[in-house]
Amino acid sequence: MNQALNNQLSVSTEPLLRVRDLSLLYGPEKGCQDVSFDLYPGEVLGIVGESGSGKSTLLSLLSGRLPPQRGNIGYRDKQGQWLDLYSASEAERRTLLRTEWGFVEQNPRDGLRMGVSAGANIGERLMAQGVRNYQQLRGAGLDWLSQVEIDPQRIDDLPRTFSGGMQQRLQIARNLVSSPRLVFMDEPTGGLDVSVQARLLDLLRGLVRELDLAVVIVTHDLAVARLLADRLMVMRRSRVVETGLTDQILDDPQHPYSQLLVSSVLQP
Amino acid sequence: MNDLTQAPVRDAAYNFAYLDEQTKRMIRRALLKAVAVPGYQVPFGGREMPLPYGWGTGGMQLTAAILGDDDVLKVIDQGADDTTNAVSIRRFFARTAGVETTESTPDATVIQTRHRIPETPLHADQIMVYQVPIPEPLRFIEPSETETRTMHALSDYGVMHVKLYEDIATFGHIATAYAYPVMVDERYVMDPSPIPKFDNPKLDMSPALMLFGAGREKRLYAVPPFTRVTSLDFEDHPFEAQKWEECCAICGSRESFLDELILDDAGTQSFVCSDTYYCAQRVSQQEQGQ
Repeated sequence: MNQALNNQLSVSTEPLLRVRDLSLLYGPEKGCQDVSFDLYPGEVLGIVGESGSGKSTLLSLLSGRLPPQRGNIGYRDKQGQWLDLYSASEAERRTLLRTEWGFVEQNPRDGLRMGVSAGANIGERLMAQGVRNYQQLRGAGLDWLSQVEIDPQRIDDLPRTFSGGMQQRLQIARNLVSSPRLVFMDEPTGGLDVSVQARLLDLLRGLVRELDLAVVIVTHDLAVARLLADRLMVMRRSRVVETGLTDQILDDPQHPYSQLLVSSVLQP
Repeated sequence: MNDLTQAPVRDAAYNFAYLDEQTKRMIRRALLKAVAVPGYQVPFGGREMPLPYGWGTGGMQLTAAILGDDDVLKVIDQGADDTTNAVSIRRFFARTAGVETTESTPDATVIQTRHRIPETPLHADQIMVYQVPIPEPLRFIEPSETETRTMHALSDYGVMHVKLYEDIATFGHIATAYAYPVMVDERYVMDPSPIPKFDNPKLDMSPALMLFGAGREKRLYAVPPFTRVTSLDFEDHPFEAQKWEECCAICGSRESFLDELILDDAGTQSFVCSDTYYCAQRVSQQEQGQ
C-alpha cells in the first residue's frame, strides 16, 4: 500500500489542491480552524472525527460553497494554472463545480433532481457544458447507469422510484459524467444498510482507481476510511489533531483522541 | 360590439388610464431598463388593479403606462377580440383613458394580448403587451429566486435543456407546446408568456416592440424591435412549430393557429382560426372576391 502510494506521489509531484490556514468559526472551537494540507492527483483523503468536529464545515469550505474567514485554497486546473478559489469569480467557481469537480451529498435527495428522470440527472452536467445532442446525452446516460450497476432500462424512471443505494449510485454517476478530477464526498454511505454499503464502497473504490480521481471524503466510519482513503486527517473540536497514512493512523494512532477513536470501533 | 363604434368618453373621475402619474413614471423607467437589456426581468412596484391577479393585471399596468391620447388599442384573449377578458380590458381603457379601440390588427398602435400573437404581420409603429403568469423560465426546476437570478447573471442555463430532454425521453419529441423557452439576443433565457410555440418564430426579428408584464410576480421584460429570439432545442431534435392536417372550417386558412372544437358527444371535431380578426378578414375578402 505504502509502496503504491509513494509511486503515485512521485509521478504527480505537484499537488492538485493546496490548502493553507483555513478557518471558519461559528464560535470558540465550533467550525474548523488552521487547516493546511496538500492533495495530490489520484489521492483519496479521508477526514474522520466525531459529530460536530467540523468535518462538514471543512468540506463546504473546500468545495467553494462557504467562504472562509481566513486562509486560502489553491486549485491547479487542467491547464496547470493555479486558481485561488475564493478570489476567483463566482462564475469560475460554478464552472469548476460542475466540470472538474464533483460533490456527492450524504442524502442523495440533496444531490439529485428528484423531479426528472435518471437519464436527465446524468445528462444535466453535459447539457450545462453545452452538449446539445440528444443521442449523445442518451448514450452517456446508458453508459453511466451500467457503470454504477443500475439496470440501463431504468433510464427514464424517476429517482424517487429507486432504492436508497441506487439513488446514491445515481448521484455518483451524475457527478462523474463530466469526468471530474476532484470529488468531494460527505458520508456517501451514511444511511445505507451494511450490505448495500459494502457494494457501494466496492464500486467507489473501483471507480476511484479506474478514473484516477482525487477524493476528499468525510466520514465518521473508520471502516469506510480504511477501505477508501490513502491518507487520513483526524479532526476534533475544529482542529486537525493528527494526519498520516491511513494504515499508520488506524494501526498506530499517536494522538490520544485518535487512540480513543480507533479503540472505540466495535470488533465483531 | 355596438359600443365599439361609439366614440369613447373618458370618465373624468379617474386619472388618465387609471394609474396615477408617478406610478406610470416608475413603470416607464422599468420599461426603459427592460428594453435596454433584452430578456432581462426588471422588478417593478406592481399596483393593485381593479381585477384579480391572473386576469392580466401585469399587462394592464404596462398598457396604462405607455398609453397616450392618440393611441388605438386592441385587446385579444387567446386570439379572440370578443371574449370576456378582452372585452372587459378594452372597455376599461375606453372608459379610464378615453382612447380609441379597435379589432383591426394593422390599425392598432398598442395590442394587449393574452397568449397569442396576431396572424397579421406586425409593423414598426406597434407595441405588443403580453400578460404573463410566471415570468421565470427557470422556476419549474429551481424554486429559489436568489438562485434563478444568479443563474441568469452567470448564463447558467444547462437546466433549461433538462426539461426538453425529459420531453423527448417521455414522448419521443419535444412536447412543450406553449411557454416554450427562448434565448433573447444570445444572452437571456426568457419565457415568452404562454403563447403557443407556433408563435415563437414571430418573436424573432419582429419590427414591433414586445413588452411583457407579470402583475402577481411584479416583473416586466421586453424584446426590442429586430432582436434575435431563438427557441431552445437539440441538434437532433430541432424546434418545430405545430402543424395541422385540417384547415380552418370558417375561412379555410392553412397557415393560421387553429383551435379544436368538439361539436357533439360523438367527438366530431372542427378546427377554426384562434385569431378572430384574421379569420373575419379572410371571409370578407372571399366574399368581395365572389
